Amino acid sequence: MDLQDFGITVAIVVGGFALWILATALFIWGERRMVAKMQTRIGPNRIGPLGILQTVADGAKLFFKEDILPKGVDKVTYFVAPIASATVAMLTFAVIPFGGSFTVGDREYTLQIWDPEIGLLWVLAMSSIGVYGIVLAGWSSGSKYPLLGGVRSTAQMISYELAMGLGLVSVFIWVGSLQASEIVAAQSGTFFGSIPAWNVFPQLFAFILFFGAAIAEAQRPPFDLPEAEGELVAGFITEYSGAKFAMFFLGEFMQVVTMSAVTVTLFFGGPSGPLFGLEGTLAGALLGTFYFAVKTFVFMFVFVWLRGTLPRLRYDRLMDLGWKVFLPLGLLWVMATAAVVLIQDTLEQAQVLTGAGIILAALVLILIVGAFIDRSRGEAEPAEDEGEEAEDEPLALPSSAETAREGASRHGGARQVRVPK
Amino acid sequence: MLAEYLPLLLLFIIAFGFVAVSLAASSFLGPKNPNPTKRAAYESGIIPGDETDPRLGRFSVKFYLVAMLFIIFDIEAIFLHPWATVLRDLGWFAFWSMAIFVALLFESYYYILRRGGLEWE
Repeated sequence: MDLQDFGITVAIVVGGFALWILATALFIWGERRMVAKMQTRIGPNRIGPLGILQTVADGAKLFFKEDILPKGVDKVTYFVAPIASATVAMLTFAVIPFGGSFTVGDREYTLQIWDPEIGLLWVLAMSSIGVYGIVLAGWSSGSKYPLLGGVRSTAQMISYELAMGLGLVSVFIWVGSLQASEIVAAQSGTFFGSIPAWNVFPQLFAFILFFGAAIAEAQRPPFDLPEAEGELVAGFITEYSGAKFAMFFLGEFMQVVTMSAVTVTLFFGGPSGPLFGLEGTLAGALLGTFYFAVKTFVFMFVFVWLRGTLPRLRYDRLMDLGWKVFLPLGLLWVMATAAVVLIQDTLEQAQVLTGAGIILAALVLILIVGAFIDRSRGEAEPAEDEGEEAEDEPLALPSSAETAREGASRHGGARQVRVPK
Repeated sequence: MLAEYLPLLLLFIIAFGFVAVSLAASSFLGPKNPNPTKRAAYESGIIPGDETDPRLGRFSVKFYLVAMLFIIFDIEAIFLHPWATVLRDLGWFAFWSMAIFVALLFESYYYILRRGGLEWE
């Protein structure tokens, strides 16, 4: 590694960091504007054109606010938690390619901070460490609401981490690598000459699984239980103020940007797109950044859209969705993907079309079986619960409230997330 | 060899520096006027009493169960990741090995489900 390598590496790292900070600031402003439009309000429009500098103003304001140290805090952990939370959020995007590659002299560089072989496993690892920030913040605040919020957050995040991992594994099997650059390269061709060969088409269920889990990991509506302000004030951030609050806030919103970017990398071809003969030049690489940004903005908009549309899930429904729907269906999908990949490998090139037919058949079969299992369980379980209750306490009749609850859970089983009419 | 980790180290320095500078700036720039009311834990307007430390407070044992179940299923995820990368090389042998493992896992999953381990009440 000589001076040229070092200089370009530093430039890419600083550029990537700046890009992410900028995207996060824009997202906070954009979300406020878009949610305001959805709720027929105006939203921030005073500072800068269209209020675009509102985030900067808010951030600067928070530096001049008093950093209150509440009475019951555990000082060291109270201080470490926001640092851990924000730092980890800023490290997560290291493995994501945010632009094309270009050549300087005879060496090739890619607009990506770090491209290890473990690849997107890094994202999983970082979101696991992110849990530490939350649980430490909740515990160290020395207050009741943060403790409950922190514990709830932790349970939610570890539950959905499983679903997220299964979504990732399906893509890893399909591509045959964990490395971000290879996942992007595998999506560079086309299906039938016109449709881009994005993973989202063969891995549609993995995409749904991953994106659903990503929303829960980022703790965004409709899965924003940790911040259910009607029940928990502000969850684990209740006792934080000033710049420490700003760090949690920044980390949380950066997570939305990162999760959108990971979704784009895994399922929508990352920074690939038509380059108009600019391959290998810096302009071509930056054009890749443009495509990447556009695709990422689409998913950031979906995050805002969901927030503006869906009501918050009840906590037991949230855990049910993660453990009873995402986890078993995800495991089945992983095995189905593995079978299809191996069938494709063992068959002749001409028989791949048959393989595609089998994918479709397996998909339909899994969906039918899954729906059937869910329905039969939803009907069978309440009946058996009543039987057990009757055995334990022969004199106790199920109260009307319990019957109503069982009715609710019977309807809840398969369709957890519903758009209100 | 270690040069491969240089960009990550740089990113860590920038990220940590950003956070550290922010927190330090805030402690210089912000006012410092603590008083007992301001420093009290927030409890929606109720004055917190002298009860035991909330950090030792009680919360549902269900959360421990979730943590333990998570460890079981996360170990399964740890098996899946290396398996996913070498599946094409090992072929059907690897597939059936994992199929047996997943079937056993589903058995225990079904057991947890029927014992009500995943119910929230």
